Amino acid sequence: MEYGLDLEYSFNEFLKGFGLSSEIAHIIWLPLPMLLVLVAAVVGVLVTVWLERKISAAAQQRIGPEYAGALGVLQPIADGLKLLVKEDIIPAKADGILFTAGPILVLVPVILSWLIVPFGQNLLISNVGIGIFLWIALSSIQPIGLLMSGYASNNKYSLLGGLRAAAQSISYEIPLALSVLAIVLMTNSLSTVDIVDQQSGAGILSWNIWRQPVGFIVFWICALAECERLPFDLPEAEEELVAGYQTEYAGMKFALFYLGSYINLILSALLVSILYLGGWGFPIPVELIAKFLNLPINAPFIQVFTASIGIVMTVLKAYLLVFIAILLRWTTPRVRIDQLLDLGWKFLLPISLANLLITAGLKLAFPQFFGG
Amino acid sequence: MSIALTTQIICFSVLSLVILIGALGVVLLESIVYSAFLLGGVFMSVAGLYLLLNASFVAAAQVLVYVGAVNVLIIFAIMLVNKKEDLKPISDIKSRRIISTSICLTLLSLLIRVDLTNVWSLSSPQNSIGEESTIRIGEHLFSDYLLPFELASVLLLMAMIGAIVLARRDVMSKDISTGLPVDQELIEKSSEPLLTNKN
Repeated sequence: MEYGLDLEYSFNEFLKGFGLSSEIAHIIWLPLPMLLVLVAAVVGVLVTVWLERKISAAAQQRIGPEYAGALGVLQPIADGLKLLVKEDIIPAKADGILFTAGPILVLVPVILSWLIVPFGQNLLISNVGIGIFLWIALSSIQPIGLLMSGYASNNKYSLLGGLRAAAQSISYEIPLALSVLAIVLMTNSLSTVDIVDQQSGAGILSWNIWRQPVGFIVFWICALAECERLPFDLPEAEEELVAGYQTEYAGMKFALFYLGSYINLILSALLVSILYLGGWGFPIPVELIAKFLNLPINAPFIQVFTASIGIVMTVLKAYLLVFIAILLRWTTPRVRIDQLLDLGWKFLLPISLANLLITAGLKLAFPQFFGG
Repeated sequence: MSIALTTQIICFSVLSLVILIGALGVVLLESIVYSAFLLGGVFMSVAGLYLLLNASFVAAAQVLVYVGAVNVLIIFAIMLVNKKEDLKPISDIKSRRIISTSICLTLLSLLIRVDLTNVWSLSSPQNSIGEESTIRIGEHLFSDYLLPFELASVLLLMAMIGAIVLARRDVMSKDISTGLPVDQELIEKSSEPLLTNKN
């Protein structure tokens, strides 16, 4: 089923038209998707920061940013510029090397994980076979960066924040991985493209959310906990820990944490939409629309249409989830650390294990509905 | 030489350098925290070597288990008990160092000998399974490697039950070493309510 746009192939053919060898064309192609993803991630963060400011303002009956651009849309850029020109301070008693390496270790795995986010059949950087497992593995590196920056700051609040962050992300990784495993069981593949393809049979009716409602809720809770969003923002609980592991950070190093947490939020929303909400799929299958309009599915017009619909649908679903996350942040109180760990170990872990078992049983009983 | 091959050689030499220097640092550095972080770096580079060998699943599993779990727990433990105290000087440190170095060198020479004498059956690039390796690993785990797999899971279960018994104080009413009754109260006692004591 190889339809859809293959930009890499057409780009390489285009360069070969100028008399370049295929290897050089490939090298020229390589940085383009990486750059595109970086830009997409940063623009996504800017949009999310603006949404966060506006929605929090609405939740608290304020107006929010207003003067920078229409409706304050330029406010996040102003924020970013401010962080760029601020002085880079390393506290005198801090450990300079670890203090600098910490934020990098937090940000890099998150951006690397964008490797596997598909926006269409061929619109992803690399369709690696281990797909979603790569994301789980990469997200487990983050706690090291948090512990590192918490330790290097030489500040008790930072250290406590770092320890909390590590404990939290270790506990919530297990139910997260188990609910992903249930999806993988139904798909017979770890690749994100296969996971979306498996849901594309009957439009909205074949999305995984109907077959995995428990997994969806567990995954969403765990994703919020991994992003350290309220109600799970214990590592940076202002009233208890000043700002947790970020307390001593300023300027661009602080901005790296800030970027990392927002990119992580968008990434989690994208992955929820890929795993449970049909990814790039339109609620009504595009094949049906094409048949209705009497157009062949391989027509160039239909292909461009499918690709743009795919991107729009992925982004739309992701931002719907981001909206819910922001609304949750500004309307719910924070849980205590013991409640957080109880929820993770005594509730989500057994539930996700049971969900996995039931999925396996249903797969054996009804192979046509649960991926045979 | 093709571009792919050059990239592979560059990656391999960088990764091996990081592994060698990192491993030396883990052993030789005085600061235990630096050693722990360097250990994480070594684990990551080993995962990179697996990637170069087309074993992406093993690489991701290496990152997940060794970096994400083992190394994080090591760092966690170090930071929870991080007392800034100087270690006591050991009297016969010199002879200990000589013995350990000679043992390590013997092991190294053994490994080098195995490497040189063994005939390695290298599969040609056409025969490498690449992305299919995940499926092959699963098949092996549930057929000819089933017994070791199940034994490992029983071992993990035993370790987990042991940890729970150690962590739950009400299971043991006596201290193992002294024989005195154990204080079974929570470590964090609930503090007095703030408002009731005022009047």
